[in-house]
Amino acid sequence: MTRVLIIDDEPLARMVVKEYTQQFDQLEVVQECNDGFEGLKAIQQHQPDLIFLDVQMPKINGFEMLELVENQPAVIFTTAFDEYAIKAFETHAVDYLLKPFSKERFNKAVEKYLAQSSTVNAPKETEKLLEYAAQSPAQHERIVVKTGTKVKIIPVADVQYLQADDDYVSVFTHEGSYLKNKTMSFFEQTLNARQFVRVHRSYIVSVSEITRIDPYEKDSHLAILKSGAKIPVSKTGYIKLKQVLGI
Amino acid sequence: MTIISSLTSSKLLKAFVFCGLVWTALQTYIIHSFGFDWYTALADGIISSILLSAACWLINNNLRYYQPGKGSYINLLIWCAALAAICMTGSRWILPFINHDQIYVNFISQSLVIRFFTSFLAIGWMAMISMIWYSQLDQKENEKRKTEAEKLARDAELYNLRQQLQPHFLFNSLNSINALIGFKPDEARKMIHQLSDFLRGTLKKDDQQQVTLNEELQHLNLYLEIEKVRFGHRLKTEISCDNSCGNAIMPSLMLQPIVENAIKFGLYDTTDDVVVSIRGEMEGNYLQLMVQNPYDPQTSRPRQGTGFGLSGVQRRLYLLFARNDLMETHANDNIFTTIIKIPQL
Repeated sequence: MTRVLIIDDEPLARMVVKEYTQQFDQLEVVQECNDGFEGLKAIQQHQPDLIFLDVQMPKINGFEMLELVENQPAVIFTTAFDEYAIKAFETHAVDYLLKPFSKERFNKAVEKYLAQSSTVNAPKETEKLLEYAAQSPAQHERIVVKTGTKVKIIPVADVQYLQADDDYVSVFTHEGSYLKNKTMSFFEQTLNARQFVRVHRSYIVSVSEITRIDPYEKDSHLAILKSGAKIPVSKTGYIKLKQVLGI
Repeated sequence: MTIISSLTSSKLLKAFVFCGLVWTALQTYIIHSFGFDWYTALADGIISSILLSAACWLINNNLRYYQPGKGSYINLLIWCAALAAICMTGSRWILPFINHDQIYVNFISQSLVIRFFTSFLAIGWMAMISMIWYSQLDQKENEKRKTEAEKLARDAELYNLRQQLQPHFLFNSLNSINALIGFKPDEARKMIHQLSDFLRGTLKKDDQQQVTLNEELQHLNLYLEIEKVRFGHRLKTEISCDNSCGNAIMPSLMLQPIVENAIKFGLYDTTDDVVVSIRGEMEGNYLQLMVQNPYDPQTSRPRQGTGFGLSGVQRRLYLLFARNDLMETHANDNIFTTIIKIPQL
């Protein structure tokens, strides 16, 4: 039996998917969710095999929700119109349904999943897709993290600095720090380069948070932030910083 | 364009020089035929032609930058006469220097009248050609400008249409209809009618058109009804307006983008039940419209300035009324408020 989750913020859209799944005896809809938060909880609770996931949803979109899921199930995306998402799907050959979709199109997607489910490792493909999707302009302005069971949305403007932390990156705000399972180079690429500078192998700092830069040992500096935090600045980091600050 | 015009102007210059040379040769020949030696005849021809070309050049240049209106042709005539007179006087004073012979000096005084009229005719001819030439150029320029302006207007209109049609809204509505067809065919049918009426309304109205508040609200209601079907009980709307302002005049589709914006941030981006309220009232000579929606400052913070992409509305208000103070936005306590004032003329 394949356990199915439907995540979409429009009740009628969920209804279509549910109606279409009823043709397949092997599919069992375990829950329908209204938004990404509910979806996260349901995924944890039910560990479904397959999700039908809408991209545009309140608060956190489908991609951002998937980023927070640990064991990613197979996903069939549904979307009405989102140029960026569609480009992401095509680039990574992930199956997606454009609303409104026909029963035939839906069946094709499900049959493809059923044929592959035993062999292909979907999570890896999804991971690449998410990395691509994270570069969409809509996702540049916030960072979505999980703290315990809760989801926290950090506006990029609130970020003071980021610090490498083994396989994770710590995001520091005035409220505290949050762990995100991404690499430093990922943030270096996606954050606005005029605002965030990688001043050190392990640090990215928000330029507007810096109050002063002091010399420190040979060839390196220390950036003092408004919050009082002291961030090491390497030789190359100092050059980059000077460029952005225009000094 | 500049290349073409410089090309034609160099052609014009060549023609001008050619005419001057022909004129010189002709005058030299005529003077010689009156029995003067070639030296005197040639000098006379060259000096007269130089004076004449200077006059022609002057009138040509004048007409390049200033096209006389219908009533001022007489001014042009006076100008031509004055220039011809100057040419004549010039000949009268310069020519005796090349030949002091009494016969030649007499010949000059006797030929002054004929010199004046030939100069006058030549300058008049030049003026006419210049006028036609430059008015044609002007006309071409005007036509070009007109087509460019038309193209701009069309592009803007197309852009507006794209904005109004909102593919996301359209496809999601179609998807909802697709769902309803199965188990509530009557509602599906109703929604199709609402959607068509809404689309027809957006296509029909042009930006310049003035409508009453009641008409605008009617159109808006179609949109809100569709959104209510899509999101079920989550969306509630409160529309209140005084009896007095129902017939107030406003630019068409002015309220629509504000309410779309309220839906976008109030409904698409929150998970709770949402009330979008629209209030209209008369304030002196203004129709004041206020739209309020809840929003989540955590996920969608108002950008600096006008707030969430309402700049289009503000731009239109500015274009229509040349004022920048007709729209204001406030964000507090998780409620976003947009107020616009429409002057009643």
